[in-house]
Amino acid sequence: MTHLNLSPVRPSDEPLPDMLRETGGASAEFAHAAPRPMPEGTPIALSAHNVGAWYGSKKAISGISMEIAKNAVTALIGPSGCGKSTYIRCFNRMHEFAPHARVEGTILLEGADVYAPGVDPARVRQRVGMVFQKPNPFPTMSVVENVAAGLRFMGVRNRAEISDRVEEALKLAALWDEVKSDLKKPGIALSGGQQQRLCIARTIAVEPEVVLMDEPCSALDPVATLKIEDLMRGLAERYTIIIVTHNMQQAARVSDYTAFLLMAGDGAGHLVEYRSTADIFTNPHDKRTEDYITGRFG
Amino acid sequence: MTGQERSTFLGRTEGLYRRRKAFDRVMTGAMALAVVLAVIPLALILFYLLRNGIPGLSWDFFTQDPNRPGKPGGGVRNAIVGSGIIVGMALVIGVPVAIACGVFLSEYGQNRMGAFVRFLIEVMAGIPSITVGLFIYGLVVANQGHFSAFAGSLALAILLVPIVARITEEMLLLVPRSLREASYALGAPRWRTVLRIVMPTALPGIITGVMLGLSRIAGEAAPLLFTALGNQFYTTDITQPMDSLPRRIYVYATGPYDYWHEQAWAMSLVLVGIILVISLAVRALFGSRVTVRQ
Ligand SMILES: Nc1ncnc2c1ncn2[C@@H]1O[C@H](COP(=O)(O)OP(=O)(O)OP(=O)(O)O)[C@@H](O)[C@H]1O
Ligand SMILES: [Mg+2]
Repeated sequence: MTHLNLSPVRPSDEPLPDMLRETGGASAEFAHAAPRPMPEGTPIALSAHNVGAWYGSKKAISGISMEIAKNAVTALIGPSGCGKSTYIRCFNRMHEFAPHARVEGTILLEGADVYAPGVDPARVRQRVGMVFQKPNPFPTMSVVENVAAGLRFMGVRNRAEISDRVEEALKLAALWDEVKSDLKKPGIALSGGQQQRLCIARTIAVEPEVVLMDEPCSALDPVATLKIEDLMRGLAERYTIIIVTHNMQQAARVSDYTAFLLMAGDGAGHLVEYRSTADIFTNPHDKRTEDYITGRFG
Repeated sequence: MTGQERSTFLGRTEGLYRRRKAFDRVMTGAMALAVVLAVIPLALILFYLLRNGIPGLSWDFFTQDPNRPGKPGGGVRNAIVGSGIIVGMALVIGVPVAIACGVFLSEYGQNRMGAFVRFLIEVMAGIPSITVGLFIYGLVVANQGHFSAFAGSLALAILLVPIVARITEEMLLLVPRSLREASYALGAPRWRTVLRIVMPTALPGIITGVMLGLSRIAGEAAPLLFTALGNQFYTTDITQPMDSLPRRIYVYATGPYDYWHEQAWAMSLVLVGIILVISLAVRALFGSRVTVRQ
């Protein structure tokens, strides 16, 4: 991974300067966002075509097409409210839990349409796991039970199999050494960083193909953050990872590909630029990307 | 710290700071007073219960059934056991219904059907307990042609349902959304999420609700008057009239004999004691579980 020395990023919840706000003609402004930055022949895990999502009458994202490379880390960056969370929640059909939510476009998981009639959303979510911004272990369950929860939901009953897979997931999540002596303690008795790794273990225990991570480190201190970043690089050998982050250094450190989203004049998030991480951080093609990643805005 | 140092430190906000401090003291005092006023009746009740109730307690009190009126001695075994049976059966009937209602309201009740059920439960909660007794009298007792413990349990169950259902709903709604999302994201269907994640997380709260309902119905005499009626003799047959503590307290307390009054006090003490012991035991059993974290 290229080492980049980036100036600190602007706090994401500050309003954008006017020049970063698109005014009208959104589709033309975003016409250059190529959906496929990886070399020809790279295996594709997820393929999103023209995805739009609504909350009632509010359009949150519009016309986003991206191919996600298999066994790679893809980062989504962009200012607050540009629809990053909404977008990835379309991938595992979590978007539909919002009242009056609607999704348009096509999302193919290994070539199969995630939104085809008759597809069980629960099955999609077993294949596309998710780690949330705030660690959310199940409070009534011990460390082991937390990791085993997904397996039990899937109907795995064999105790030996469950304990093997729990151990493996905890090792993969780099948590095993810290909890192996006390696997029966409540999951919420762990530290914040450990809880987040527990949530990662819980997600990968069901062996999904894709793992979505929505700002997984934003509630953690720098040491815990680094641990999770290390972990992500390792996980990418087995899983396809999509991470939303507000931290440019983090995107630069962990990801292979980076997509920059921006809210357009129509109030919906659009894809501005999607390229390999090394490219986008050293040589952004779009002025808006450059302004955002350098925090210079002008 | 001397006054002068403080005034330099606080500068021009000194006056404001003093006023806030004074206001804070007044409010703290007012709240302490309110607490004392609330605790006084409770302390008095406990004091009188213990003072007047303890003399009536004896081995016979728990193991004997009532003597014929006017003959001192005897006990209230029939009423203690009867209350246990009637209230226990009311819990068995009412708690599952109430919890099912609460689950429905919180998980599937964000629609017109839910609003309707919520309205019904509110109406139910507002019905006076004696009316519930009359209702069961008309529905069960009059149809069967005789009073029975079962009818009493039904009346108490009707009183229990709205209390427990509402608390259950509230407790389930308190379970953070993030936990449901975590469960869905693992591929759990909705009913499984409710059963395996939401309900266990809310369990301590739901149990508190059941305890509250239990204390409420265990002390009810009115709905039992024309349902379980009462019984001079010991019985465990739920198709027969059965005695209960509140009803026997009522009869003894308003009766002419001094030893009845003494036994009425003792029964009141036993009633409060049993509820207290059950609450503490349940809390000891489930209270150590991790509670809902916001
Ligand atoms: N449940 C909801 N109901 C209505 N509108 C919503 C809802 N969730 C998000 N939105 C709107 O959709 C848009 C995109 O939100 P989203 O959470 O996807 O942004 P984001 O890029 O993830 O922001 P952040 O970086 O702050 O997490 C925002 O304008 C937001 O107001
Ligand atoms: Mg977000």
